[in-house]
Amino acid sequence: MTTLNLPSYLDQTDQVKKRFDALKKRDVILDVKKISKKFDSPQGEVEAIKEISFQTHKREFVCVIGPSGCGKSTLIRMLAGLETPSGGEVLLDGKPVSGPGPDRGMVFQGYTLFPWLTVKRNVMFGLEMSGRSKKNAESEARDWIDLVGLSKFENAYPHQLSGGMKQRVAIARALANRPRILLMDEPFGALDAQTRTKMQSNLLDIWKNIDITILFITHDLDEAIFLADRILVLKAHPGEVNEVIEVPVPHPRSPEQMITPEFLATKKRLEELIHEPEEDVPMNLTLMTDKSDSVD
Amino acid sequence: MNKIINFLQISGLTWFVPFVRMAAGENPKTQAKDLWMIMGIPIVAFIIFLMLWAQLSSKVVTSLGTVPGPSDVYKQSTLLWQDHKDQRAKEDAFYERQEKRNAKYAEQGRDEKIKWREFTGSPTYIDQIFTSIKTVFMGFIIATLIAVPLGIFCGLSPTVNAAFNPIIQIFKPVSPLAWLPIVTMVVSATYATSDDAWFSKSFLNSAITVTLCSLWPTLINTAVGVASIDKDLMNVGKVLQLNWYTKVTKLVLPSSLPLIFTGLRLSLGVGWMVLIAAEMLAQNPGLGKFVWDEFQNGSSQSLSKIMVAVLTIGFIGFLLDRIMYTLQNLFTFSDKR
Repeated sequence: MTTLNLPSYLDQTDQVKKRFDALKKRDVILDVKKISKKFDSPQGEVEAIKEISFQTHKREFVCVIGPSGCGKSTLIRMLAGLETPSGGEVLLDGKPVSGPGPDRGMVFQGYTLFPWLTVKRNVMFGLEMSGRSKKNAESEARDWIDLVGLSKFENAYPHQLSGGMKQRVAIARALANRPRILLMDEPFGALDAQTRTKMQSNLLDIWKNIDITILFITHDLDEAIFLADRILVLKAHPGEVNEVIEVPVPHPRSPEQMITPEFLATKKRLEELIHEPEEDVPMNLTLMTDKSDSVD
Repeated sequence: MNKIINFLQISGLTWFVPFVRMAAGENPKTQAKDLWMIMGIPIVAFIIFLMLWAQLSSKVVTSLGTVPGPSDVYKQSTLLWQDHKDQRAKEDAFYERQEKRNAKYAEQGRDEKIKWREFTGSPTYIDQIFTSIKTVFMGFIIATLIAVPLGIFCGLSPTVNAAFNPIIQIFKPVSPLAWLPIVTMVVSATYATSDDAWFSKSFLNSAITVTLCSLWPTLINTAVGVASIDKDLMNVGKVLQLNWYTKVTKLVLPSSLPLIFTGLRLSLGVGWMVLIAAEMLAQNPGLGKFVWDEFQNGSSQSLSKIMVAVLTIGFIGFLLDRIMYTLQNLFTFSDKR
């Protein structure tokens, strides 16, 4: 078997290096300090997350990836304030957060749109709840719907939309509350491959155009590399930071980059980190084992 | 045209959809096939039912004669309608006479002679139908006002749910006949009636019995509906830091509305069934009392009158269900619209 001669994922071109230098000089938006989470289970206390620390800078796109059971979702739910950490703290703009709040917008995998409201009313919901006048909320909601490219559908109900469109509404709804950071929990996990690729480009466009920091959870390696400035790779049992990868793929991103050497090198590294070697299972089948025509 | 069809579908009057489509010039062949399925077969089945009924009923002989067949029932229903019209005519005549008399007294300056009396004719069959409907709605509305808020509390808090669950399970299967004596005693002890009271005692007795029996489906369905709201949908509310009241009105209620309506529909059905039994015993002047009186009366027409009542009860029950179904479709989101 031949292997591609890939560069190291650590090699960065000058352009990429410059970008990271600039990024690191920006303000820290989210500062996670040694948070951990323990659950009680019949087998005793289980440590789901152990002292995870990291920072996201202003307008940075950070992806979190890891094997199943590494506590990705628990992590993001703690950041959103939907679960309380057992230890450590989370700072947003330098101030500790406790409990959920509109400064951290959340996009869930299951769309979670209000089925009884139109697209426009869905996006207006948070604005109206924060006490804005209806007219004011409506005009602002329109801008957000415009941004995600759904102007034609502002009066449609969620069940009339495709999965990708629903998720765009959910993004618009989260952004309308003007969060400091957008927390996305496998938002494209339920979409088919083509829609997913489109949504990724779409999200990058939105991200480039506005002042938003994004923390994005995924289990899809390509998605993580395509979207992220940095990838936080977790390992399981307990969930800990395995490695933080600075993605050497230059901006602006396009799907064609998925076959460039730096992309593949990063992917190879991620695979090494995530897929632990599986034990060989001895095959003892008596049926359908005639492989005499093997061409290997 | 689509608007008309949409309305027909919302109201459950799907029988008429093929007519509308045909009128709009859609392929008559497929529409005729639809029509046969939706209307033809039920009509044929109904005719067969009527024939069997006519055949078999004449074979059962009771002390009050044979069991009435369809033609007896039809005759009796026209008689009841005629009776209603006659009573109305009498009533109008009575008031007209009274007015003339009083006007005459007023003219003569003999004001002490002026008297206004209510017409005291016995309630007709139509009056009894309306009393029944009023009673069931009264009981149903009280039940809704109790069951929906309580269901929301149960659905939101596992503690409240655990507290109420045994009570619900025990009282749910209780028959209206068991409640009625207690309700009667409590109402007569606490509700002082005078002639101009809002409700008569017998009306309250039946209405409260309906409440006690029709409470449960709404309560249970509301609790289930609220408890099964998507957790992440509730999290959206948490992220927006909604207060409790806003959360309930803007998030919990709309998302559990479909199941609440399912509960309400069941409740109204149960209420209507229970009402007849309650009226029989409480002597509330409704359909139940009508059936009971005819049974006691034991004339040769009684059985056919009761049969008219049976069909009326069934038809009104069906109508009530349709109304609830229409309301449900109008006020809740669904994947169909």
